[in-house]
Amino acid sequence: MTSLPPPDVRRDARRRRRRAVDVWLRRLGAGAVVFALGLAGLMLTAIIVASLPALTQTTVRVDFEIDPTLVSATDPAAGDFRAIVARGAAALFPDAPPAEASAAQRILTPAATRILRQEVLRNPDLIGRRLALAVPAAGPYDQLARDHVDRQAPETRRQLDDADIARFDRLTADGRVARSLNFGLLFNGDSRFPEVAGLAGAITGSAMALAICLAICLPIGIATAILMVEFAPRNRLTVVIEANVNNLAAVPPILYGLLGLAVFITCFGLPRSSPLVAGMVLALMTLPTVVIATSLALRRVPMAIREAGFAVGASRYQVVLHHVLPLALPGILTGAIAAISQALGEAAPLLLIGMNAFVTSVPHGVTEAATTLPTQILLWSESPQPGFVARAAAAILVLLASLVALNGIAVLLRHRAERRR
Amino acid sequence: MPGSLILSTLLFAAAAFFLGRAAARPFGTGARSRPVYHGALLALWVALPGLAVTVAWALAQPALLDRLLLAGLPAGSVDAIGTGGRALVLAQIHALAEGRALPHLDAVIVEAGARLSRWREIGRLALFATVAATLLVSFLVARTRITPRLHARAAVERALTVGLVVCASVALLTTVALLVALLRETVEFFRLVPPAEFLFGTNWDPQVAFRSDQIAGTGAFGAASVFAGTLLVAAIAMAVAVPLGLLIAIHLVEYARPGTRAWAKPALEILAGVPTVAYFFAALLAVAPAIQHAGRALGLVVSPNSALAVGLVTGIMILPLVSSLADDALRAVPQDLRQASLAVGATRAETVLHVLLPAAMPGILGGVLLALSRAVGETMIVLMAAGLVATISLDPLGTTTTVTVQIATLLAVDAPFDDPRTLAAYALGLTLFVVTFGLNLLALRLVRRASRTDAS
Amino acid sequence: MARPSLLLAASTAEPSPPTKISAQGISAWYGPIRALENVCLEIPSNRVTALIGPSGCGKTTFLRCLNRLNDTIPGARVTGTIRLDGVDIMGQYIDVAELRTRVGMVFQKPNPFPKSVFENVAYGPRIHGLAHSRAELSVIVESALRHAGLWDEVKDRLASPGTALSGGQQQRLCIARAIATQPEVLLMDEPAAALDPIATSLIEALIDDLRESYTIVVVTHSMQQAARISQHTAFLDHGRLVEVGETTEIFSTPREKQTEDYITGKIG
Ligand SMILES: Nc1ncnc2c1ncn2[C@@H]1O[C@H](COP(=O)(O)OP(=O)(O)O)[C@@H](O)[C@H]1O
Ligand SMILES: [Mg+2]
Repeated sequence: MTSLPPPDVRRDARRRRRRAVDVWLRRLGAGAVVFALGLAGLMLTAIIVASLPALTQTTVRVDFEIDPTLVSATDPAAGDFRAIVARGAAALFPDAPPAEASAAQRILTPAATRILRQEVLRNPDLIGRRLALAVPAAGPYDQLARDHVDRQAPETRRQLDDADIARFDRLTADGRVARSLNFGLLFNGDSRFPEVAGLAGAITGSAMALAICLAICLPIGIATAILMVEFAPRNRLTVVIEANVNNLAAVPPILYGLLGLAVFITCFGLPRSSPLVAGMVLALMTLPTVVIATSLALRRVPMAIREAGFAVGASRYQVVLHHVLPLALPGILTGAIAAISQALGEAAPLLLIGMNAFVTSVPHGVTEAATTLPTQILLWSESPQPGFVARAAAAILVLLASLVALNGIAVLLRHRAERRR
Repeated sequence: MPGSLILSTLLFAAAAFFLGRAAARPFGTGARSRPVYHGALLALWVALPGLAVTVAWALAQPALLDRLLLAGLPAGSVDAIGTGGRALVLAQIHALAEGRALPHLDAVIVEAGARLSRWREIGRLALFATVAATLLVSFLVARTRITPRLHARAAVERALTVGLVVCASVALLTTVALLVALLRETVEFFRLVPPAEFLFGTNWDPQVAFRSDQIAGTGAFGAASVFAGTLLVAAIAMAVAVPLGLLIAIHLVEYARPGTRAWAKPALEILAGVPTVAYFFAALLAVAPAIQHAGRALGLVVSPNSALAVGLVTGIMILPLVSSLADDALRAVPQDLRQASLAVGATRAETVLHVLLPAAMPGILGGVLLALSRAVGETMIVLMAAGLVATISLDPLGTTTTVTVQIATLLAVDAPFDDPRTLAAYALGLTLFVVTFGLNLLALRLVRRASRTDAS
Repeated sequence: MARPSLLLAASTAEPSPPTKISAQGISAWYGPIRALENVCLEIPSNRVTALIGPSGCGKTTFLRCLNRLNDTIPGARVTGTIRLDGVDIMGQYIDVAELRTRVGMVFQKPNPFPKSVFENVAYGPRIHGLAHSRAELSVIVESALRHAGLWDEVKDRLASPGTALSGGQQQRLCIARAIATQPEVLLMDEPAAALDPIATSLIEALIDDLRESYTIVVVTHSMQQAARISQHTAFLDHGRLVEVGETTEIFSTPREKQTEDYITGKIG
């Protein structure tokens, strides 16, 4: 009876080394997962922290005398609101010399005139009365109210001199300064002044572009996939279309912008910066996504289902419409989700067709100039004023929230479609 | 006007559907198709000619009226204004016809404006009458063909097939239009700047070319430095994404507990769906300053928007793509291969490194190439490095520029379409297209080969 | 609109010809693979014809030629002529949907639609407009389910999904679905292959009942089954028709050595 040779020291060391490699590979992998997700988490945290200042807004309560001699009840739109704002601002410091009136007015956002005007036009009964309105403070004062201004720094290195600061402190002592939730971020249009700039225009523009995009890419994409999978599975045309779609799926998005600029704007003469063109460009960009997802879903439907339909004398269209499409619906919805995410978040092609224009009004039609959420984020993040960076961060949160909401709806739909089978 | 006509045509077609269906009801089971198909066919027969007439008319009328207007003007009245007079006169006439008042106009032109608005009114009525007649005639003719013997279903389905083919051709047309647009402008561009200059020149300063007498041959459009910047950023991105992505894939496929995998995988998928502007902003806000601080601590001078920061964030962005494709490739390796390796006493690490990775290599390589193509084509992140000056420099700490950035900045100004800067953007676009197309072709071939060997 | 209608042709043909389907020189390919070679077979009216032969000999392929279901397989090709009541059904201009309404089929693996029991049976009559009201449709569905011997088992669960039935019930549901469109011919591809013995005997009894109203072609690999249920038997091997005749003759006195070997279990 032979016994096993005694454990070799060298072999033992070797085994230990092999074990160590195994352990290290495992640790490295876990580290990579933690690193990637952690970094993403850090980025998200940085964005959230950066957005916090934009979620609230410093306001100053001002009493405006709507003087009937300045604003006539017959034609309030032609009223001299600038003068009313100037008087209201001056009244904040009744004992100050008139020379300081303009300094007092600088505490208020330059958009105060427009805000007051809208308020009065909406409610003409105010004419002849006194209106107490919380007006957003101008950018530098907003920073001051948040203690972002170093009061100890030499006056020349600050935007506000000591007199400005003293004035604002007095307003604070008067109880006129408040901080409130910044609903303007969602309901205002864009503006040169961060304190009144909002996303209403960008949200509307994105919604219009997305609607147009889906209205084009879903039917066309689904039809393409149906032709490929159900009607001409081995046809030469199908092979060409399929290869072509696969390559289109990987074309850099910015090239779709070049295409849109050359074809839709220069050749067809459609209006620049319009949600219409944006939607069409995004539709071409997301088309491959829809085609690929749909054809995958169609191919996954068992052949036996189709044969059962054929055997009772259903035509190909009847088989597709009555049996195959309902079964493929969850997969098609997955494709739609991907298309929505892509279309809503992509900015590169939109830059080239002018969706990063400065537009203050909310678009009322698909041919009017507008921005979209991602291009608005770019616009704001490149602005030097500190208020805009916070707003860009908040806009990213709005974009992420709408992506989550739309995805949620699509997932819910998919869930229902899956349960129905 | 055409809008409301199209709407009424569709309404009429809807009515035709119900009439056709009602007409086919009495046929009973003797008919070849069910009544719905008779209705649908009747609606098609009515709607198609109606829409065709409306669209053709809307397209033809303006040009026709313009020609008539010019012919109606007294001889010499247009040529007297000089070159471009034709377009100017027409514009004036159109403005008049639309009711805008223009001062200092020739009586002839004022009269032509009145004539145009009169003609337009006539055209509107005529179009309305024609469409109404077309609808009525096609309805009456088509109605006589609704018989039990009519194979309405087959006819409707043939029409549907035509619709499907039209839809499918959109994808093809997109490619064709993309190529034509890129090629046409590029050819135009190469008339101003020789291709060799563009591809190998190192002096990229497109703003110089704006001054009129310096357009050609000054070397302002030498894109080699732009290409170098793109490659630098892509290389840094790949250096981040490939090792991390592979490690993540290996970990999730081979090591992670099902519980870990259950949340890590969806988390990575969510990361893949985050819009690039979010990464861009985070890069601008946090990553670039962090790298700058770190560099300063080490005594290095780091530019605020360094190629390192740009490449790093691009790498993080394409990381989910690499890890999910590598994940797929690893999981496609047959289970028995894995078990064979474990059965001879290999550790899991040895199994992964010596058996699984080689077997999955084509798929992984394909994924890496796809990710590289993404990195090269990515615009947003690198917009932060929008330095307009490009110099050949492989210093990862310096500012850099890339193809996509240059396209975006060249077109950011609303320049006329034949401006050399616009044309240069298209030339860069074509280069980008060719490179990414090649990468994708290669990647798809590799991925497909990988999936074929699994199947066999 | 000069295309011949199968439905109209049927009504003008001779009353109950002895041959329902006549297949002449049928060859079939799947890409480069040849599955059938010059098969000629007459299928008599209102009788059960059994197709037997070793696995892979082309029985399914031949069956699927009779309702042109091979058209749906990419790369499949069939040549030869097949006449149904004297009308060629191989032509390019035949509406295959119409053909399949007249030639129903039951598959080897039960393949109910992922819909309710009622919808499964109602689908055919609905797309062919056989019912003009919900009540009429219910009558058709009930009679088809009764014919298929399934009514008593499912009458209380018409709304539950067809895929939730047992294998034997699913197969009878598929038979009910096939006969709900009132076809003239019923093709059955190993209808009992996936079933247990009890379900098999139910299906066999059903086939015997259905013979009165339908011409039935049934593929089977079980000799006993062929002997039990068919009056006519065709033996295929390697894509060729080896022998065809009365079932009793084929099983008692086969003319070909090949057939005898197969029947006695020497091959296959
Ligand atoms: N869809 C198909 N693609 C390729 N070959 C097929 C296909 N279906 C059947 N075949 C081949 O055709 C031959 C006949 O098959 P089939 O008719 O199914 O035989 P059976 O039903 O008698 O078992 C077999 O060799 C089979 O491999
Ligand atoms: Mg078979």
